[in-house]
Amino acid sequence: MTTEPYPVPSPSVSAPSAEPSAPPKVLTGSGAILETLKLLGVTDVFGLPGGAVIPLYDEIMSQDDIRHILVRHEQGAGHAAEGYASSSNRVGVAIATSGPGATNLVTAIADAYMDSVPLLAITGQVFSTLMGTDAFQEADIVGITMPITKHSFLVKRPEDIPAALASAFLICNTGRPGPVLVDITKDAQQLSAPFIWPPKLDLPGYRPITKAHGKQVQAAAALLAGASKPVLYVGGGVIRAKASEELLEFAELSKTPVVTTLMARGAFPDSHEQHLGMPGMHGTVSAVLALQESDLIIALGARFDDRVTGKASEFAPNATIVHVDVDPAEIGKIRAADVPIVGDAKDVIADLTVAYRDAIATTTPDIHEWWTYLNGLREKFPLGYSEPADGLLAPQYVIKRIGELTGPEGVYAAGVGQHQMWAAQFIKYERPNSWLNSGGAGTMGYSVPAAMGAKVAQPDRTVWAIDGDGCFQMTNQELATCTINNIPIKVAIINNSSLGMVRQWQSLFYDGRHSFTDLNTGHGTAMVPDFVKMADAYGALGIRVTSADQVDDAIKLALATNDRPVVIDFIVSRDAMVWPMVPQGVSNSFVQYAKDHAPTWEEE
Amino acid sequence: MSTHVLSLLVEDKPGLLTRVAGLFARRGFNIESLAVGHSEIAGLSRITILVDVEDAPLEQVTKQLNKLINVIKIVELDPAQSVQREHLLVKVRADNSTRSQVLEAVTLFRARVVDVATDAVVIEVTGDSGKVQAFLRVLEPYGIKEIAQSGLLAIGRGSKSITERVFKN
Repeated sequence: MTTEPYPVPSPSVSAPSAEPSAPPKVLTGSGAILETLKLLGVTDVFGLPGGAVIPLYDEIMSQDDIRHILVRHEQGAGHAAEGYASSSNRVGVAIATSGPGATNLVTAIADAYMDSVPLLAITGQVFSTLMGTDAFQEADIVGITMPITKHSFLVKRPEDIPAALASAFLICNTGRPGPVLVDITKDAQQLSAPFIWPPKLDLPGYRPITKAHGKQVQAAAALLAGASKPVLYVGGGVIRAKASEELLEFAELSKTPVVTTLMARGAFPDSHEQHLGMPGMHGTVSAVLALQESDLIIALGARFDDRVTGKASEFAPNATIVHVDVDPAEIGKIRAADVPIVGDAKDVIADLTVAYRDAIATTTPDIHEWWTYLNGLREKFPLGYSEPADGLLAPQYVIKRIGELTGPEGVYAAGVGQHQMWAAQFIKYERPNSWLNSGGAGTMGYSVPAAMGAKVAQPDRTVWAIDGDGCFQMTNQELATCTINNIPIKVAIINNSSLGMVRQWQSLFYDGRHSFTDLNTGHGTAMVPDFVKMADAYGALGIRVTSADQVDDAIKLALATNDRPVVIDFIVSRDAMVWPMVPQGVSNSFVQYAKDHAPTWEEE
Repeated sequence: MSTHVLSLLVEDKPGLLTRVAGLFARRGFNIESLAVGHSEIAGLSRITILVDVEDAPLEQVTKQLNKLINVIKIVELDPAQSVQREHLLVKVRADNSTRSQVLEAVTLFRARVVDVATDAVVIEVTGDSGKVQAFLRVLEPYGIKEIAQSGLLAIGRGSKSITERVFKN
């Protein structure tokens, strides 16, 4: 494989227009932070001030180039920056003070690490002279976040700020993206230094590999041409690499079946006939079995997560594995790769298309039988749901209608749990970056702030937070941020009055012992809190929906309301479950279409 | 399990050792020995790690180490293709009745006495792990009072250097 030198900041980022001979201007560290962010192309940041970042906030106040959005909790800043990044492929920036401000960012940083989100976290640190003395609001945030960041910097001198931030920006946004933390002491913010741009970046150990080995690509193409049961296993890396167009061309040329993981929903159009849907624990039967019974898996920016493979030792036993990933450490981590390809998905898929054209000049692929089988599965086991026995609203119906009435140009940010799975299943995604969720970390509370961040990045799009009643109660304070800053997101609370996914597992695997999963927010309960009143208190439009005939009107009203956030409290049945399901720890062959209903599949 | 010797060329930055050690701890691998010192290039340090681990997880840990921004190069040193040494300081009881026997052992192992007291000597010895362990076994009967041992140091045989491989362009 070729190893390219690390890229330097784009030349389109113009240096200050000072003459070479003129002395550089002198800025405070805080001023240098703002100037650097501006030169890196940052236009929006999310944050909340505190003692150790007051100097920085003083500078933020005296400029207009960068919009600062004051959140109500630092976790909200972190997830907002994630939503901003995931919806737009730009770096998301979150700012917090030292100590508790910084530790409040930790969940969002961990989330960004798991889902490879380019997140730049800037934290204030106590005076360098006080570090290590247990000073007020001191926390070793660099140490705390070491296992959950791609890299981190501690800056104690103003002259080091431009290089640290530019390096952080480069690292979080190249190779496999991820969160980078820059911790800046208060004295570094207060003191002054000449501002030199562009700074010299000294990163001899950072050499992300982007261009793949040609021989490996040819080997993969030859395998595909000769395979009788191939499948493209598409992961979130395809979205991060902006490789959807290349994927479409490659898939259509090769007629290979495509599955998109939870992180990759939208990487390939749901309406495309070659798309079998999402694989994994709650994937479609056709997608699960396409992987399980394939003879060739081409994994593109996917990492063989346990929620996809089921019991890894029994996953796709007959499949040859081609594994394409920009991160060499992902290859062979879970499943040995027969053809490992380290490279950027965009380049590699384009190369695969070329190589495949050459390969079919000598080999005629035949996957007709495979398609007949998969189409049969698709027909026999389509995604669906049954009306709840208690006569209450079906959550799947609500989510489906939100998708249908909003359309593929919308952005949908989900929380974590049942509603997340239904949103992944029943909304049809046609474009990358339209589906945002916390896939790896499974962070409840992601949705509202992520939707807020997405709306800031993409103000012209309709942005939905598809949330649960449990998740919503973790981060709904950001509705205040949305109202005050004119960020009109729409929140659909799929209110089943419980921690629904845990309740489903308790129903299925713990004899229906529903231990502490009742939240009393929905039908027949005290309804604490009352989400409609809460919306009202936050200056948002609150709507309650309890029956199917009210669903469309409420969604249409939400779509028409853009002068404030909207919260729809959909009171749904608590007994609805997510199907299909592969129970944890077993082979994907045991996928259940509905409760106690396993499909028959080809016996070998 | 089998032992492997990893040699890392790293940037001399604060927190670097925490990042490296943390990776091992997180994946449940025990570092048997660790030696850190300057390399021949200013600003770069050399870490030698002895780890007891199967091949597959070793590959994963090596790949993860490679992802650390401050890690420039990792090589696994094959015992046959490298020189591997430990350095040991040992304080042994030695009075008039035993001193000559202790000194005889020192001569046999080509060790050196670096400090003498009336009832003890401090000896330094350098060698591969087998030699150092054998030396300690010989000294054992006289009474070992204190041991300070370096981590394993290792360097590839031949004329090539780890930094040449990195900076050849």
